[in-house]
Amino acid sequence: MAFDEQKKRDFKVVGTRPVRPDGIDKVTGRAMYGADLSAPGMLVARVLRSPHAHARIVRIDTSKAEKIPGVKAVVTSADLGRPADEALRDTQDNCLAHDKVLYDGHPVAAVAATSAQAAKAALAAIEVTYEKLPHVTDVDAAMKADAPVVLEGRAYEEVPEGWSQNVTNHCEFGHGDLEDGFAKADLIVERSFKTEATHQGYIEPHACLASVGPDGRGELWCCTQGQYMVRETCAGILEMDASQLKVTPSEIGGGFGGKTTVFIEPVALALSRKAGRPVKLVMTRDEVFRASGPTIQSSTDVKIGMTRDGRITAAEATLRYSGGCYPNSTCMMGAQAAFAPYDLEAVKTVGWNALTNRPKEISYRAPGAPTAIYAVESVIDEMCQELGLDPIDVRLQNAADKGTKSSYGVTFQDIGLKAALEAAKAHPHYSAPLGPNQGRGLSCGFWFNFGGNSSVTLSVNTDGTVSVTEGNPDIGGSRASISMIAAEELGIPYERVRTLVADTASIGHSDTTDGSRVTFMVGLATIRAAREATQKMCARAAKIWGIEPDAVEWVDGAAQPAGPNAGKFPPMSLAEIAATSLKTGGPIAGHCESTADGAGVSFGVHLCDIEVDPETGFTKVLRYTVFQDAGKAIHPDYVEGQMQGGAAQGIGWALNEEYIYGEDGRLQNAGFLDYRIPVASDLPPIDTVIVEVPNPGHPYGVRGVGETSIVPPLAALSNAVSRAARVRLRELPMSPPKILKAMMAKG
Amino acid sequence: MRYAIPKTAAEAASLLMEEAARVLAGGTDLLVQMKSGVRSPEVIVDIKHLPGLRDISREGGGFRIGAAVSGAEMQEDAELVAAWPGVVEGVNLIGSTQIQGRATMAGNLCNGSPAADGVPAQIAAQAVARIAGPEGERDCPVAEIPTGPGKTSLGRGEFIASILLPARPDRSGDAYLRFIPRTEMDIAVAGAAVNLVLAEDGTVKEARVALGAVAPTAILVEEAGAALVGSKLEEPALAALVRACEAACKPIDDKRGTAEFRTHVAGVLAKRAARIAYDRAGGRA
Repeated sequence: MAFDEQKKRDFKVVGTRPVRPDGIDKVTGRAMYGADLSAPGMLVARVLRSPHAHARIVRIDTSKAEKIPGVKAVVTSADLGRPADEALRDTQDNCLAHDKVLYDGHPVAAVAATSAQAAKAALAAIEVTYEKLPHVTDVDAAMKADAPVVLEGRAYEEVPEGWSQNVTNHCEFGHGDLEDGFAKADLIVERSFKTEATHQGYIEPHACLASVGPDGRGELWCCTQGQYMVRETCAGILEMDASQLKVTPSEIGGGFGGKTTVFIEPVALALSRKAGRPVKLVMTRDEVFRASGPTIQSSTDVKIGMTRDGRITAAEATLRYSGGCYPNSTCMMGAQAAFAPYDLEAVKTVGWNALTNRPKEISYRAPGAPTAIYAVESVIDEMCQELGLDPIDVRLQNAADKGTKSSYGVTFQDIGLKAALEAAKAHPHYSAPLGPNQGRGLSCGFWFNFGGNSSVTLSVNTDGTVSVTEGNPDIGGSRASISMIAAEELGIPYERVRTLVADTASIGHSDTTDGSRVTFMVGLATIRAAREATQKMCARAAKIWGIEPDAVEWVDGAAQPAGPNAGKFPPMSLAEIAATSLKTGGPIAGHCESTADGAGVSFGVHLCDIEVDPETGFTKVLRYTVFQDAGKAIHPDYVEGQMQGGAAQGIGWALNEEYIYGEDGRLQNAGFLDYRIPVASDLPPIDTVIVEVPNPGHPYGVRGVGETSIVPPLAALSNAVSRAARVRLRELPMSPPKILKAMMAKG
Repeated sequence: MRYAIPKTAAEAASLLMEEAARVLAGGTDLLVQMKSGVRSPEVIVDIKHLPGLRDISREGGGFRIGAAVSGAEMQEDAELVAAWPGVVEGVNLIGSTQIQGRATMAGNLCNGSPAADGVPAQIAAQAVARIAGPEGERDCPVAEIPTGPGKTSLGRGEFIASILLPARPDRSGDAYLRFIPRTEMDIAVAGAAVNLVLAEDGTVKEARVALGAVAPTAILVEEAGAALVGSKLEEPALAALVRACEAACKPIDDKRGTAEFRTHVAGVLAKRAARIAYDRAGGRA
C-alpha cells in the first residue's frame, strides 16, 4: 500500500463526536495539574521580584534570609551557569535576573522553605540594592534615538540613523512594483494602528515540582506545552545531561502558546539541587500577569490602493512590534501574515522589533498575525465603506487561491479562503437585519500551521485493546483525535484505544505542542505507527496460515488473504492476533519517529454583529459566526471549540483586554479584575461553520485549526464598531471610554 | 493571628478594641485583603453568630437587615425586594453568585470603597445603620459612614450590627445602575441610585439621588433630586438632573476610566435609573 497516499475514503471514526477522554477527570477534580503533585520532604518555593521597571542590581544580600528557621535554600543568578547560547541565556536571565532587572516583576531571587510563611519571611529578608534606570514601555517611544536602552549590544546590525539600539529585529517580504500598483489605484488609503499587549489568560498558573538528588539526577513534574523543550532548556541552564533529567508533563489548564518556554522550572531545580529536597513552585496570578509572557504591543502603518470596483492594486505595511525586554522575531510572522489572504501583484511588508521594559513576549495563538491582519482588514473595510462595495465581494475578488504566490513568497496549494468567504456570504447571518446602533463587521484570518517532529508508539495489547503513547501535551483535545485516528487506521472501535502523553524518558523527542501542529503531525505519526502495526499483524496471520506476508492485507480491523490465490482463511481480527501474539513472535507495536512539512495553511472568516450604547460607549456583541477551513475535522466538537475559543479571546483583545503601565513603568492591572477577559455573559453563542478543503500534505487532509481563529476578531469587531458607532477607532482595545470619546468628538 | 466568635455585642466590641482587630462577616473583602497582604489582622472577630445579625426583621413598616445577612438572602425576601428593589439590586451586583452567598450589605459599606455597589441606593433610601460598640448602641445615617477610600466614621471597637431601610409610602420606587465595561464580575466605573416618591397625579414628590465611584465616597446629590421634584421626568427635568450629577462629580482618572468618562456616564446612569424608579413607583412618563 502506498504509504501516504491521500485517497477519497469513507471514514468510520474520523468526523464523529465521541465523548472526550479527559472529561470525567476534569469535572470531578481527579485530573492532576501542575500544582497537584506533592513529594515527601517537599519544600515550598517563592520568588522575589523586581519592583522597578528597569534597574541595575548593585548587590543582593541573602544572608539574613538564609538564617530564618525553615529556610533551606536561597538562589540568585549566581547559582546558575552562564550558557554560551544567546537565546538560552535570555531565557535563563528571564528566570533569574543577571545584572539588571528589565521589567516590573522580573525575578531576582528565590527561596525554598519548609513552610509558605517561612518562605514569605525570607523574601522580605533578602536585601537587594538597585540603581534605578530610566525605562521605556511603549514601542514607538522605544525606537526613538534617545530612548533608554533596555539591553546593550543587541541592536540590529543596520539600525536606521536616528533610531534607538533597542531595535533588534528587521524583516522584509513582498514582490511586484508598488509605485506602479499605487498609480493604478482609484483610491489610496493610508492609516496607522496601535494595539496593546494581551495575555493568554490560561486558567492554570505555571506550577512545577522539582527534585534533584545528590547524584545530580533530576525529575521535574510541570505544566507545560513541551516536556522536551523544558528538559533541553533546564539541562542547558543547569549544565546537566538531558538524559539525567526526566520531565513529566502534568494535565494542562490552558496554554495558548504561553507555556512554550520556562519561567520557574530552572529555579525550582536549582533550589532543589541546593536544598537536597523536592521543591514545589507555583506562580500566583499576579506573577503570571507581571512576569510570564504576554503577546506583543504593536504599532502598524498600512497603505492600500484599490480600483473603483474593488481590485487591490498595491499594498504596503510597516509593523513595529515590541516583544518586551529580549529580542524576538514575532514581527517576522506578522509581516508574513499581514497580506496572506490576498492575491496581490504588488505587495511589501516591513517588520521591526524594539525592546521595551516589559516581560519577555511568548507565543499567544498565531503570534504576530492578529495585530497585522487587524490593521490590513480595517483599511480594506474602510475602503469598502468609501467605495460603497460589499465587504465579502471585495475579499472574494482579491482572495488568494490555489496557485497564488503569497505575499511572503510561498505559492499556495489547495486552500479554503474562497470556500470560507462563500460560506459566509451564503449564511443567514450575513443578510440578517440590524437594529439602531448596531453594525456588522467582517474579517479574514490566516495562520501558517507547522509540522515539526513527533514520536508515537502504538502498542497492541494482548486483550485486543490499543495503547498509543506520544510526547505532545494535550491542550486542545489531541488525545481524542489521536485515538480516533488510531481506531480509524486499525479498524477497531474508538473505545478500544487510549492515548497517553508520556514523560521525556518514555518516548522519543517531540517538539512542543504549538503551531497548531499536533493533530496534523502526531496524527500523521499515529497513522504511520498504526500502519506499521497492521503490517506486523498481517505477518503474524500469514505465519499462522502458512502463507507469504505480502499475501495478507488489513481490512476492517482484521487480517485477511489478499485475494483468492492467497488461500481461503476467515479474517483474523486484531483481538485474535493480539491474544496469541506472545506465542507467535512477541509483542506487537508500531512506531513512528518523524518530521513533516506540508502542514497546510488555514484561513478563516469571522462575521460579527455589535451594538454600541451611544451614551456610554458600551459594546454588546450580539451575534458571531466563525467560518474556517479545517481540511478534515477529526473530532468536530474540538474543531468548533478551537474556532469558538479563538473568537472569544479575540473579542477580549478587541474590546477590553490590555496591559496598562503606569508612569513608573509598573503594571497596574495584574489580576483578572482589571485585566478584563470576557466572562460568559459578555459573549453571544458563537456559531461555527467548518469548511473542509483537504490539505494535500496529510493522508486525511487535516489542517491545524488552533490559531487561525484568534486572527480575525480584532478587525471584525473594529469594523462592526465603525458601522454601529459611525466612527472608526484605530487603537485596541476599544474600551468604552475610547469609543465614547470618539463618538463625542465626532458629535 | 486569632479567630474569635463572640456571643454578645459587648464581647465583640471588647475584642475589636484590641490591636489590629478586624470584623469578619461575609469575608469577601477581608480574606482577599489578607491574601494580597494589604491587611494582616491579629484578631479576626466573626460577628455572624451574634443574636439577630443574620436576620431580616420588620420594624415600623421598614426592614432591619442584620449585618451578616448575605446578598442572596436579601434577594430571597420577596417583601424586601418589592419595597426596595434598587437597594437589593445594588447589593446583588457585588461579585458572583458564589460571592452573593457570603457578601453582606453592611460589609460592603464598611469596606469603604467609593465604588461599592451596595452603598448609593442605601444613601438614596435614607438607610440608618445601628452601630454597636464599647459604649453600647447608636444609630447613624448610612450616608455618614464612609469618609474616604477605605475609611469609615466608625470608632475603635465599633461595628455595624444592622441597617434599617425605612417604611415605604405608596407610589415609591428606587433603582440602582452601574457602569462596567463587562456584564458582570467587575467594579463600578460609575454608579447611580435614585429613590422616588410620587404624588397621586404622578409628579415626583420626593427624590433622592446618590452617585458612586465619582468621588472619594458615594455622594448624595441634593440638587439632582431637587431637579426631579415636581416633574413627571420630562426632558428638561432629566437634563437638569444630568447637569446636577455632572456638577457633583469629582472623580479620578485611573485604569478603570477617565474622569471625563465617569462624569458623563454618572449623568447617563442617573437619568436611566430615574426612569426605572419612576416606573417602579407606578408613574407613567
